[in-house]
Amino acid sequence: MEKTWNNKAWFLVLPVLLLVAFSAVIPLMTVVNYSVQDTFGNNEFFWAGTDWFDDILHSARFWEALQRNLLFSFIILILEIPLGIFIALNMPKKGIGVPVCLVLMALPLLIPWNVVGTIWQVFGRVDIGLLGYTLAALGVDYNYVRDPVDAWITVIIMDVWHWTSLVVLLCYAGLVSIPDAYYQAAKIDGASRWSVFRYIQLPKMKRVLLIAVLLRFMDSFMIYTEPFVVTGGGPGNSTTFLSIDLVKTAVGQFDLGPAAAMSIIYFLIILLLSWIFYTVMTSSDADA
Amino acid sequence: MARITLDHIRHAYGPNPKSDAAYALREVDHEWADGGAYALLGPSGCGKTTLLNIISGLLQPSHGRILFDGNDVTNLSTQERNIAQVFQFPVIYDTMTVYDNLAFPLRNRGIAEPDVDRRVREMLDIIDLADWSNRKAQRLTADQKQKISLGRGLVRNDVNAILFDEPLTVIDPHMKWVLRSQLKRFHKQFGFTMVYVTHDQTEALTFADKVVVMYDGQIVQIGTPAELFERPSHTFVGYFIGSPGMNVMPAEVHGSTITLGSETIALDHAPRIAAGDKVELGIRPEFIRIGREGMPVTVTRVEDIGRRKIVRANLAGQPIAIVASEDIEFPAEPRVTFDPGALNIYANSWRVGREA
Repeated sequence: MEKTWNNKAWFLVLPVLLLVAFSAVIPLMTVVNYSVQDTFGNNEFFWAGTDWFDDILHSARFWEALQRNLLFSFIILILEIPLGIFIALNMPKKGIGVPVCLVLMALPLLIPWNVVGTIWQVFGRVDIGLLGYTLAALGVDYNYVRDPVDAWITVIIMDVWHWTSLVVLLCYAGLVSIPDAYYQAAKIDGASRWSVFRYIQLPKMKRVLLIAVLLRFMDSFMIYTEPFVVTGGGPGNSTTFLSIDLVKTAVGQFDLGPAAAMSIIYFLIILLLSWIFYTVMTSSDADA
Repeated sequence: MARITLDHIRHAYGPNPKSDAAYALREVDHEWADGGAYALLGPSGCGKTTLLNIISGLLQPSHGRILFDGNDVTNLSTQERNIAQVFQFPVIYDTMTVYDNLAFPLRNRGIAEPDVDRRVREMLDIIDLADWSNRKAQRLTADQKQKISLGRGLVRNDVNAILFDEPLTVIDPHMKWVLRSQLKRFHKQFGFTMVYVTHDQTEALTFADKVVVMYDGQIVQIGTPAELFERPSHTFVGYFIGSPGMNVMPAEVHGSTITLGSETIALDHAPRIAAGDKVELGIRPEFIRIGREGMPVTVTRVEDIGRRKIVRANLAGQPIAIVASEDIEFPAEPRVTFDPGALNIYANSWRVGREA
């Protein structure tokens, strides 16, 4: 089909462009501005060029935080995506169970991040928390304040508890949109339960799964509030993710230049990885 | 291939049906001969698909039994019944190639790969998709997808029956004709028992040896296309088959005459009508002649449908349709006569036979 050029459309998107400019482009440009300058206060700025970027890219602290982020996102994805699919497959398709399950699933999503953090912070405490106290009573040596592994387990379980629902709801939406005829045809064709999943349910869930993977990757890679509330990045630096490190640099140490440079690198990494995910997951659509 | 017996099948979707109206299928007691080609014809919601799904085992009937060659299969699963079914909308496995789609039902049953290959290649030729065998099924047109669905139904040669649930709904009119002829050919070639559900009378009449007309959850007539046309046993069959449908007019029977308003027609026999029955006279538009003799009519409209004309007229206050030839000339005072052999008399909507 021939493309029609109609410049009037620009006027229609202008309000959105302005809004996005104020909410995203201008703040982003401010960060770019900071990242190439140095300041000692008094609103005086000195040109620093790419020094801050050099510093960040050569700092072990940055690479360690980045590794933690990648590991965290990886664990989150391999736990939440299969678990989400599994729960969605086993959710009732009709009857009173549907609204009950949907509400139960939606509940964790409705809780503010810092409240989730506080819940788990208290829940896991060895002195007063239900989980921590029970584990201690059972003789399990669990203490997220002292042990890095325990801290990681706590943060991961908290994230799984908080966000698996999102994957479940997305997958469920994909599943209920499959017409009955597909299942009937599969029965006629003598397909096994696994074949039904592999050739009907999974392909039909593909689009929503793509969204689920992207959202969960981006969110887990940007995680801040919950570990900040629960562990504060500790013990040591064991749960200091890029976002937590960034806030320490920017707000704690007030190093605007390095923090700005770090923000931009962080932003580019998320953009790049999301693009890779998207390209890989949609590429199978393109052949045929 | 099997003889299929439906033994007093009733089905209701809700639990504890109270009245007849709650049944999607009121009662079906019928036998489908081995190797027969049947069409299930009826309007939407008459229970056709319900009946089909009961045969294939996708639905359990509320009452009654299903037998294949005399063996009770009522409690067997769809797989165990070994039935092929083609659905109204194409069902294809998106991620598989066309070839794998056709091979799927065979591989699921553990058939050896050389056999699978032979049968799939045959089927690819039959449905004319051989050039597409290695393409992903996802990007095909609706026609091609439905051909794959048909192919998947036909690829197994040991099935007890093949059921079609309005399979050509999404197909272009031209392709419909081609595919229907192909199905007919398969039937001759392989002798499958075929049941074809449709609401399109042309499809039913061209496909099937025997047409089963369903109305309101029950079978109202089973017959050859000619029988359905000439001797509709229920006024619904009269309406539903034929274009335009049969003229059905309220009438009164006195001995061996029938009265239509102020007109009286002599019959060659005395139909047995009980007092209080609702009597109707049915005549197909093809069997009414326009001329200078007979009962006076007022012509209200003439529709030219090409080779023929459909005349809409008023007879004794009743609207009737008449099929007339292209070159018809209307006399100044048109009158009509009915072909005496084509008269059907109905009591409470059911046809009264000669000897009844």
